[in-house]
Amino acid sequence: MPGTVITITSGKGGVGKTTVTANLAVALALQSQHVAAIDTDIGLRNLDVVMGLEDHIIYDIVDVVRGHCHLSQALIRDKRLSGLQLLPASQTHDKSAVTPQEIAIISQELAANNDFVLIDSPAGIEMGFQNAVAGADEVVIVTTPEMSAVRSADRIIGLIEAAGKGPGRLIINRINPGMVRRGDMLNTFDVIEFLAIDLLGVIPEDEAVIVATNQGRPLAFEQSRPISRAFHNIAHRLLGEDIPFLPIFEEPAETILTRLQRFFRLRQSGPR
Amino acid sequence: MAQPPSEARSPSERRPDQASPSGRQGQGRVRIKGTRKGLAITLDEGDWQELLRELDNRLGQAVRFFAGSQVNLRCGRGDISQQDLQEVLAVLARHNVELASLETRSRLVAEAAQALGIRLALPEAPAAPLEPRTPPEEWSEGVLVHRTVRSGQSIRHPGHVVIVGDVNPGAEIIAGGDVVVWGRLLGVVQAGALDNNQAIICALELRPTQLRIGTYIAKSPDDSRRKRVQPEVASVLDGQIVAQPWTSR
Repeated sequence: MPGTVITITSGKGGVGKTTVTANLAVALALQSQHVAAIDTDIGLRNLDVVMGLEDHIIYDIVDVVRGHCHLSQALIRDKRLSGLQLLPASQTHDKSAVTPQEIAIISQELAANNDFVLIDSPAGIEMGFQNAVAGADEVVIVTTPEMSAVRSADRIIGLIEAAGKGPGRLIINRINPGMVRRGDMLNTFDVIEFLAIDLLGVIPEDEAVIVATNQGRPLAFEQSRPISRAFHNIAHRLLGEDIPFLPIFEEPAETILTRLQRFFRLRQSGPR
Repeated sequence: MAQPPSEARSPSERRPDQASPSGRQGQGRVRIKGTRKGLAITLDEGDWQELLRELDNRLGQAVRFFAGSQVNLRCGRGDISQQDLQEVLAVLARHNVELASLETRSRLVAEAAQALGIRLALPEAPAAPLEPRTPPEEWSEGVLVHRTVRSGQSIRHPGHVVIVGDVNPGAEIIAGGDVVVWGRLLGVVQAGALDNNQAIICALELRPTQLRIGTYIAKSPDDSRRKRVQPEVASVLDGQIVAQPWTSR
């Protein structure tokens, strides 16, 4: 049975598509799945950097499309994790270098030998987006809890529906539990109510993502951090398991100090 | 809350010696109607330049409604030349309207149209008299849209529109008749797009980016601290769009 092709997209840039793709690829591979990640952000490739595989690139997706190499030659195996492969984007071409049909054929070929094919989509609603969703069995929309990102997600969901790829499922990235608790941030419920689609996962904000990106080692390699657990939970949900959502509205780790601070804050402002 | 129309249009610049056959002011000889197949424009008999001017006026009154649409044209006169047709095409093009087909019973007109590559449509009832049959703004049908209308999506219909779901910001609904939203209305809605100021817009939660009814425009009050959400109806009252709570009456 061929694997599932999942496109990760957002509309708005900078909401964490590539981070999510890299971490889900790692999290799924840690569950003994065979995973191929495809970077379709041709001209602005990033997934290889986030996954720490940049210096292994010999051929890229445009080389495959143009027949310069076989698909298997362009795939980069992750030495840290068996079963994880990356098909990198080209940095020297643009989105018009491949067609939606070509991406669809490549994802089908990869799906024949893998359990999951994760396609990292570029931002925007133009050619690059069309390329990325063409071969998808399922679409995952990433948004952050900001109105601008949620509006873009709404737009992109409409386009996904128009492409006949279903409404897709939603990942809310970079939820800041403290801000949500203070009522300064849209919460999960607000976002889901607005977009009216199913929730796949909620990922807490974590500065360590920046360090991990710079080092090329996705946080999903770790186990204990809340953000790592969030990615592992999403991987389990993609595998069809029913995993409850993280208690994201609690501070991840409340120390005695923060507890006291909170206590005094409440005392000052009085009970609400 | 509301602004009156930017400029009131005079009914028509018709010369007094050319009385309208139907006796209606201004829109006697150019009739725009929503049909099962889409928008239909009928040009009755009369001075061609007058007809074109009237058509130009009518299209200009509801730009948002017509822009990008396709229309079926019916011509009453049997002596329309190729040049006349080109003039009509120019008027339509100016309003970004595409001519889908031409309906005529005159062989002469049909030949002129074919020379211009215009698709000919069969008249509905060949023997029917071309006299006005129905008033111009009579909507036979409505549509029911059973989903969330999302940003970037647009729903246009010459009749009434009913949405079962939300209308999100960045979405637009343009209806010739009334608009009913069984959900939250957050986007832009135009009701009565063919200058029907009697049209209404209602929603379970009426919080639109902008409302338009006929020739009137209104935006939501800036006060976003809504005490409670309740169904509301917007209509034109005393020259402005007013939203009122829906109560069973």
